Amino acid sequence: MTRKEAKPPYVSTTNACKLCKPLGACLAFRGIEGTVPFLHGAQGCATYMRRYIISHFREPMDIASSSLGEKQAIYGGGPNLKQGLKNVMDKYGAKIIGIATTCLTETIGDDVPMILNEFRQEMAKQRGKKKELPLLVSVSTPSYSGTHIEGFHAAVKAVVDQLAINAGFIESINLLPGFLSPVDIRYIKGILEDFALSGIILPDISETLDAPARRDYEKIPVGGTPISDIRVMGGAKSTLEFGRTLFHKDTPGKLIAKRFMVPLHQIGSPIGLRESDRFFAILEELTGRKSPKKYLYERGRLIDAYVDGHKYVFGKKAIVYGEEDLVVGITAFLAEIGIRPVLCASGGQSGRFREAIEEVTASLLPAPPIIHEGMDFYEIAEEAEGCAPDMIIGNSKGYPLARRRQVPLIRVGFPIHDRFGGQRILHIGYRGAQNLLDRIVNALIEKSQEASPVGYSYM
Amino acid sequence: MPATKPQVIFEERKGQIYRKGEEPFHMSCNRDSLAGAVSQRACVFCGSRVVLYPIADALHLVHGPIGCAVYTWDIRGALSSGPELHRLSFSTDLQEKDVIFGGEEKLRMALLELINRHHPQAAFVYSTCIVGIIGDDLAAVCKRVSKEKGIPVIPVQSEGFKGNKREGYNAACKALFQLVGTGNTANVSPVSINILGDFNLAGEIWIIRNYFERMGVQTVANITGDGRVDDIRRAHGAALNVVQCSGATLDLAKMMKEAYGTPFIRVSYFGVEDMADSLYAVARFFQNKDPQIMTRTQELVREELSVLSPKLQEFRQALSGKKAAIYVGGAFKAFSLVKAFRLLGMKVVMVGSQTGTKEDYEELQEITDEGTIIVDDSNPLELSSFLKEKEVDIFVGGVKERPIAYKLGVGFCDHNHERKEALEGFVGMFNFAQEVYNTVMSPVWHFVPRRGKEKSCKQNRR
Repeated sequence: MTRKEAKPPYVSTTNACKLCKPLGACLAFRGIEGTVPFLHGAQGCATYMRRYIISHFREPMDIASSSLGEKQAIYGGGPNLKQGLKNVMDKYGAKIIGIATTCLTETIGDDVPMILNEFRQEMAKQRGKKKELPLLVSVSTPSYSGTHIEGFHAAVKAVVDQLAINAGFIESINLLPGFLSPVDIRYIKGILEDFALSGIILPDISETLDAPARRDYEKIPVGGTPISDIRVMGGAKSTLEFGRTLFHKDTPGKLIAKRFMVPLHQIGSPIGLRESDRFFAILEELTGRKSPKKYLYERGRLIDAYVDGHKYVFGKKAIVYGEEDLVVGITAFLAEIGIRPVLCASGGQSGRFREAIEEVTASLLPAPPIIHEGMDFYEIAEEAEGCAPDMIIGNSKGYPLARRRQVPLIRVGFPIHDRFGGQRILHIGYRGAQNLLDRIVNALIEKSQEASPVGYSYM
Repeated sequence: MPATKPQVIFEERKGQIYRKGEEPFHMSCNRDSLAGAVSQRACVFCGSRVVLYPIADALHLVHGPIGCAVYTWDIRGALSSGPELHRLSFSTDLQEKDVIFGGEEKLRMALLELINRHHPQAAFVYSTCIVGIIGDDLAAVCKRVSKEKGIPVIPVQSEGFKGNKREGYNAACKALFQLVGTGNTANVSPVSINILGDFNLAGEIWIIRNYFERMGVQTVANITGDGRVDDIRRAHGAALNVVQCSGATLDLAKMMKEAYGTPFIRVSYFGVEDMADSLYAVARFFQNKDPQIMTRTQELVREELSVLSPKLQEFRQALSGKKAAIYVGGAFKAFSLVKAFRLLGMKVVMVGSQTGTKEDYEELQEITDEGTIIVDDSNPLELSSFLKEKEVDIFVGGVKERPIAYKLGVGFCDHNHERKEALEGFVGMFNFAQEVYNTVMSPVWHFVPRRGKEKSCKQNRR
C-alpha cells in the first residue's frame, strides 16, 4: 500500500485499465428504447468503439458519427452534426438520438446544445411542426477527463436531465443499475417482477445487447428502457442506485432526488451475499413484502455452497481489477468466502474506491488489500510481483498477466474478448454469487488437477 | 428487370453503388464519409497504426487521450518471431490540463521513460485528433529525444480527422521512409526483395518468405509483418519491392523508387491464381540474374498445387453454386477473393470496400459477373439490404460486418487483421476454403428465423 506511493508516478500509460468516456455513453444510450448513439467527432472513434463493443456482446452496435474532417475541425462541426442527425432520423427512424461529444469536438469548442437548438428550429421550419422530431439528448464526454464509466453515468444523467418530468405520482421505482451485463439486468427484472414491483430500469441493455435471433437485421434493436417510462421518472416513489463509488457524487439518482423530491437509496452493486442482502432488504422496505421464497432458497443454497467450497478457496490470494464498482462488489464477495484480495486496482479515479472497499471488507479481512485508483496493467503487473496471487479476476485484458503468472483468470465484467458468452456472465444477486463461486472453485480445482501427476478423476 | 433499389440508400451515396450490367460503369469514390451514415471506415490514425503496428522492436507511443491507444492494444494477429513490444499499448493519456497547457513536456517525459524501460530500436509517436488541435510540436519533441537517446524517434502525423485510412497509410509510409536508407546494405544479395504490405497475420509472412527462399530470393525487410527496425533501415539495398495490399505501403514503394530507384511490383498472396502469379512475377523479374529461378518457381507451384488441389475438390463439390458477398478495407484484397470464390465454384454477388480507388472499382467491375453489386464506403443498413436482396450464403468482412451476417442468418468469414487463421499462400487457400465450408455448411442456419423456412426445417417436422 505504501510502496507505490513512495515511488514517483509514471508519466506514460501502458495497457490502460480503462476505456474512453464516449464509449460508456454509447453503451448507456444502447439501453434506451429506439435510441441511436451518435458521436460528434471524427469517424474513427465510432468505428473503434463499435468494434470493441461488438467483440464483447456479439451483437450489432451501430454508432453514427458526424464524421468530421479537417475543414470542420477548423470551421466547426455544426453543419456535419446537423446533416448527420438528419440522416439518422431518415434512415434509422430513431426515437432518440443520443449525442456524445469526443475530445476533438470538445476541444474545438462546438456548443452542442446550441447547435441542437438551431437544428430543432430549422427542422420545424423545413418539415413543419406536424412531423415529430426524434428526441435529441446530448452529453459532454471529452475523453481526456474520466473513463468510460463516467461517460456511462454522464449519459444516464443527461437522459434523466433532458427527458424526465414529474407527470404525477407513479407506482414505480427508478432503478439505476450502472454498467452490468445483459443477463444481470434480466435477473433484476425478474426479481422486481417477483416482488410485484414496477421498476424503470435505466438503462436496460438486457435485450438490446443480447438479442434473440429475429427475421431481420434490426436497425435499432428491440428493447431498452421505454421512453414513456423515462418521461415519468420524476413521479416515481423512489430511486434505487447501484454503486458505492457513486455515494456523495452528483449522480443521476441525486438529480432526480433534487429536482423531483424522489427519495434516493444508494447501495453497492449487489455482488456477493451481503450486498445482495442489502438489495433485497431495500426491496422489502419499498414493497412492504417479504422476499419471495425463491430468493430465500437461492440465498440458502448460496450459503450452503459457501460452506461446501470454503476449503478450496480459503486463504487464496486474488488480484481484482476493472471498473471501480465491479471491483468493490467482487472484493466484497471474495472477503465473504475467505479469499484474500491482495490487490484491488482500477483505471478509474472516483476518489471513493478505497473507502468503498474498506466498507465492504471491514471485519472480514485479516489484512487490507493494496488499493489503487488510476492504475494501468503495467503497474498492476508490477504490484503483482510482490503479491503472489493464486488467481486474477477481471476482464480479458488481464490475460497476459494471468498467463505470465500461470494462474487462472476468472473472467468478469467488460470486455470479454477472449471467451464466448461475455454478455451472459451473471455477477449480481445470490445467483450471480453462486455463479462466481462455482467458477472460482472449479478454476482452482482444475489447476490442481492438471498440476497433479496422478490424474485424479475424483477431486 | 431492374432490381428495386432499397430505400436504405442515401441520395448522396447513390453514385457510390453500382450494379453491373444495369447502367454504364460509373463509380464515385474517395469521398468523405457521409455524416450519420454509420460508415464502416475508421480514421487516419487507424491507417497509420495498422501499417506500423507489426514492427515488433519499436516503441509505438500514442500521443493523445486514452481511447486511441486502448482500442488498438494487441488487437491484431500480427505475429513476431522475436521481440513483442508491438503488443503493448503505450499512451500519454492526455488529461484536461495537458489539453489546456499543451502536452509536449508530458510526451517528452513519457518517451524518455519508455525508451529507458524497453530499449527499443526506434520509436514511433502517433499524433491523434486532439494533438492536431492543441498544436503540440511532435517533430520537435521527437528530434530532441532522438538526439538524447540515440535512436530514431519518428513522428507519425496521423490526426484522426485529417481524412480516412488512406491518409493514415501515407503518414505511416512517410514515417517508414525516414528509416529506410539509414542502415548498412552489406551482404544483400542481388536477388533480393522487400515484402511490403504483409502484416504477418497468423504467421502469413513466414509462409510467403518460405516460398521466396525456395525460389532463391533473399528477403531483406518485412514491411511490416514481423518487422524489425534494422531491416527496414537497410531496405533500400533490396533489388525489388514486392507490394501487397491496397495501397497501405504503395506510397513507400513509390518514395523508394524515386529516391533509390528500387522498382516495385504489386502482388496478392490470396487465392491460388494470385499467389502463383505473384511468385512468377518475382521470378520473371530476376530471371536475367538467375536463369534457373523460373524452373524452381514452377516446381514450387506444382508441388504446392499437387497437395492443395485434391483437397479443394471436396470443398468445391459442397460449395458449388453458393453465393458470397465481400466487404473489406481495401479493394485489392477483394480482387483475390472474387477469384478465390470462383475457384470454389461460388458466385460473388456483392463486393465492396472502405477505401477503394477508381482504378480498383474499374477492375472489380471487369472481373465480376453481371448483376453484382459494387459498393464504396458502405454501412450496416446498405450491407444488410444487399445481403438479403442477393440471398447470400456467406459474407466476408471484419468484426463490424460479422453481426450483420449473423443477424441475417448468413455465414461469415473474418478476413480482417483480427483473424488468427492464415489465409495467404497455397495453404491459406486451403484454410480459407475450410473456413468457408465450415460456416456455409453449418446446420445452425436451419434454425434461424429468416432462413429456416427455405432450409426446409419442415422436412424434419413432418
